[in-house]
This record gives sequence, structure tokens and C-alpha cells, in this order.
Amino acid sequence: MSLDTLKISPGFESYMPKEYVDLVERGPYGRDVKVSEMGTFKEIIEEHPMCAGCAMTLFIRTALIGLPAPEHTVILGTAGCGRLVLSQASIPFIYGNYGDTNGVASGLKRGLEIRFPNQTKDVVVMAGDGGLADIGFSCVMHSWFRKEKFTTVMLDNEVYGNTGGQESGMTNKGMVLKMAPFGKKFEKMDMIGLAKTAGVAYIARLAPTNPTRIANVIRKAVLIAREVGPTYVQAYTSCNIEYAIPTPKVMDDAREVEKDRYGFMEIISDEAKAYLERIEQEKKAKAKAVAASKAGA
Amino acid sequence: MTTATSSPRYQVLPGPEGLLPPSAAAMGVVLPQDGEGLVEGVIVPEAATYKAIAKAMLTRRNPTIFPGPLVVWGWTKHTQEKASVVLELAAEIPGVKIIPMPDYRPIYPKIDPEAVINPCHPNLTIWHNKIEACIFVGVHCHFASVTLKMVRAGTNCYTVALCAEAGHEDAMASLPHCDIEKLQRVTEALRQAKKEGLVPWALTPAGKRELAAEAEQKRKQRKAIATSAPTFAHELVAGLDENEE
Ligand SMILES: Cc1ncc(C[n+]2csc(CCOP(=O)(O)OP(=O)(O)O)c2C)c(N)n1
Ligand code: SF4
Repeated sequence: MSLDTLKISPGFESYMPKEYVDLVERGPYGRDVKVSEMGTFKEIIEEHPMCAGCAMTLFIRTALIGLPAPEHTVILGTAGCGRLVLSQASIPFIYGNYGDTNGVASGLKRGLEIRFPNQTKDVVVMAGDGGLADIGFSCVMHSWFRKEKFTTVMLDNEVYGNTGGQESGMTNKGMVLKMAPFGKKFEKMDMIGLAKTAGVAYIARLAPTNPTRIANVIRKAVLIAREVGPTYVQAYTSCNIEYAIPTPKVMDDAREVEKDRYGFMEIISDEAKAYLERIEQEKKAKAKAVAASKAGA
Repeated sequence: MTTATSSPRYQVLPGPEGLLPPSAAAMGVVLPQDGEGLVEGVIVPEAATYKAIAKAMLTRRNPTIFPGPLVVWGWTKHTQEKASVVLELAAEIPGVKIIPMPDYRPIYPKIDPEAVINPCHPNLTIWHNKIEACIFVGVHCHFASVTLKMVRAGTNCYTVALCAEAGHEDAMASLPHCDIEKLQRVTEALRQAKKEGLVPWALTPAGKRELAAEAEQKRKQRKAIATSAPTFAHELVAGLDENEE
């Protein structure tokens, strides 16, 4: 997609559904939008068919606001709950086979670089813990070791939510689930440690307790992936169905888990840090120049 | 060149044909070449296809045009031109509805069938609006194929596919390589059919009654929404704290 495609054919304006007119007139394309502006612009995703109160939807909704250039982004998902909302977002979405998201993303990113040499295209994988740490594990690890320039976001609900409650590598030891009746026998996988070992340029762990933080983390991860190398965001996105969390208590749970074992954490390489500082300085200089030219005019 | 089949084994007719009908191609229906069209699974001359399309769109109940992304998004001069030709075509069908398929994203949990048609469940729009004849134009082939089969499976709608590529076996009438010129010939065929005395459904007593009742129902709905809809506000009006950590 590019901004140019978002033009309604003359004469069809009155026939287009309101949602699409709003996307054209008030969408987040081609400009920066902030979490604090929610409600004043048309979001990339609003409706979804996921369970009421699912923390994953809150995370995805906010994460999409953080994308630095949604009009030049392709999202890759796979089997699992997250794709239910991602496939409805107004952004190109590719449904990878369960397990091969990071292989597909590698090829896609390289292909886009050849096809659009003058336009940066961002590739973001968003998939569940089962999709990334279990069946997709080898594709994830190899994409990191190969230093593929895209972002991997793990929607870590610590269970196979979509298929009714099997344990995943990311489930905590001892956890009893519908389809893990004796309790999980092994420790939760240390994907953060593995990302570190593989030399991932930016790693973040967070819970969905602070919407601004979610958007900021995603923005940083996508920007760093453009220039420096692979980035990884691991988000706790509880499954209120499989973990029997009453809907009104979902955020209480997120805060408790955050305090207990899922505190906000960022690991950033020196190169990535320098890159972020550079673009921040460039942004400030640009704003200053615009202000100066306005004052002079 | 493929020749016309005199007795087709499989006819592509308005359904409902039941869950999971076979694809017409699997039943031996082949695509037309230039100068030909496909009507109900049979290859016929192009001129006969225009006539069949005009007849269905003028005489069947609630004729509707479903323009796809290649029509409604005017990102090139060509799509903009095509869009204006589609509007000219629509203007020749009294009582016509235009319901777009702006993209192919699934829409759950609920679509507005008066505003949009979606390839994941096109039957919902057709059922809701009681559509018995429709034209798909500007829909990418793979989605058109899925949609046409689902419509045939679950509805009694006569489907027309004005396809810019090879045509569609699963439509009741289909023209291959339907460029602007061919679209204009469809418009001409509609004019000609009316000139020859065909009374459009919307101008029949039954059509007039149905459209008047529908207009009245919509007026009531609009009034009800205007008086009862809650205004979106909540705390988001003031925004969230940008610096909160
Ligand atoms: C190759 C393959 N194996 C198994 C499945 C069945 N399957 C669909 S979703 C899913 C589990 C998803 O769990 P996770 O990735 O953690 O995502 P969640 O639903 O929890 O968000 C499985 C096993 C599949 N679609 N493809
Ligand atoms: S099953 Fe769990 S993760 Fe999936 S939508 Fe429902 S609450 Fe969310």
C-alpha cells in the first residue's frame, strides 16, 4: 500500500462506507499520531472478533498506533488469536503458515528492498508464543542470527489460546491448563536471553499497562530494524479465557504480573542507541528549520 | 478458439445450490475468448452476453452493482475513468443500488450489509437487501471466484462478472477482458433493452411498492438513530497522559 492508493474515485465518495471515508480523511497515514490523540483520528483497527476483554487486542490496537509509517508497513501473522484482529486492520497483512513467519518475513523484507529501492518498507511479525517460541522457533532464531532487518513481536499469553489451552514453551512451570492437566514440567523459555545471544539490536519486554509505552517501544523497534538489525518485543498479553481471568480484572492481572515477573525492560545495542539519537536530532533540527522559516515568512 | 457447447452438462444458474457447490470449472465449464461471453455456463457470442446482462439487471429484483477496489480507489487515471463509466452504467438501471467491496479484509463481528459487501460472507449483503441481480466489477479474480461461488451456494441472485481478465465460470454471465469500451457496450445494451420495451423492475407496481417501503423504513431508522445514539465521549475526550509511565 502507499498513500496514493487511498484516494476514492470521483463520484464514489457517497457510496463508500463511513469507515473508509474516515480512514482517508482522518487516518494515521503519512503523519505521526500519538496515543494521547486516540479518539481524534481514525485508527487502523477498531472492530475485532476476539474475546471480550482480551488483553492482546488492547496491546495490538496500541501497538499499531506506534508504527512509524503504517502506509509502508506489512504485518505478518499466523494461526493464533492475534491474526483475528490483525487481518482486519487497514494495513497489508500476510498470513504465514504456523511456524514460518520469520522465514517469510526475511524473504519479504529483502524482496521489498529490491522492489522499492527508494522507499523504506517496514516488516513486522506479530504472532503468539506458540507460533514464535515453539513451532516457529527455528525460523525466529535463524532470522536473528542472519540479522534480518525486521521486527518480531511476541504476543505472549503463555498458552495456545486459539486451540483451547495447550501449554507452550512460554508457559510457566507448574501451570495447569485445560490441556495440560498435570501442570507444565519445564521452565518458561528465556527468549529474551536467546535474543541477546543472537545479537538482536533492540529487545523489549513489557506488559500492556501503559499504552504510551507500548506505542513508543514499537516505534523504536521498527525504526531500529530499518537501519541496524533485528528487533524483538515480548509482550505479556494475558488470555483471560484460558487463565480464567474475569474480564474486569484483566488489567489488575497485567499490573500484578508486571510487578511480579514481567517488568518493563529494554536492551539496546550501542549502534541502535546512536541511531535513535541521530534521528531524534534530525527531527529536532527539521522542526527548528520549519519554525524558523515560518517566523521569517 | 473454443466453440459453443450445445448441451452443457452443468448449468450455472441462480441458486441457492446448497453448501459447497462445485466450481463451474471443475464441472467442465470453460472460459470464453475475445468476441464471446459466458451465459449460464454456455459460451455465446459477445452480443448475446450483453443482452442477457441487460435483461437480468433490468427485470430482476433489487439490481445492485458491487464495485471492487479496482473501481472505488482512484489511484490512477485509468481507475478513475473506469469508475465514471461504471457510474454511467449504473444510471441506466432504475432503482439500482451501489454497494462497494472496498477491500478484502474480513469484517467481524458484524458488517453493515447496506453499506458494504465482503468476500468472506457476500451472502449476508445479498440476503439483507433481497438482491436478485448483481454486477461485480473491479474485484480481483481470486476474490471474485470465491465470492461468486458463495453467492451461488446460498442465494437466488443472478451474478454478472465484468472481468478485466479472463472472465469467471462461476458467474451466471461473464465477459472476458471487459475494458472501458465493453463496459460502455453494457450501458448501451441497457438503453437498447429499455427502448425495445423492457420494463425495469423498479418501475413495475411491485418494484415501486418495495422501494417505497424500503425508503420509508430507512427514514424511520435514521430518525431513531438521530434521537437515540449516544455521543462518543468518555475520558478519551481529554486524552491520555502522554508522560505517564
Ligand atoms: C502447522 C500447524 N500446526 C497446528 C496448527 C493449529 N493451531 C492453530 S492456532 C494454534 C495455537 C496458537 O497458539 P499461539 O501461537 O500461542 O497463539 P494464541 O492463540 O495463544 O494467541 C495451533 C496449534 C496450525 N494452524 N498449523
Ligand atoms: S482465547 Fe484468549 S488470547 Fe484468544 S482471544 Fe480469547 S482471551 Fe484472547
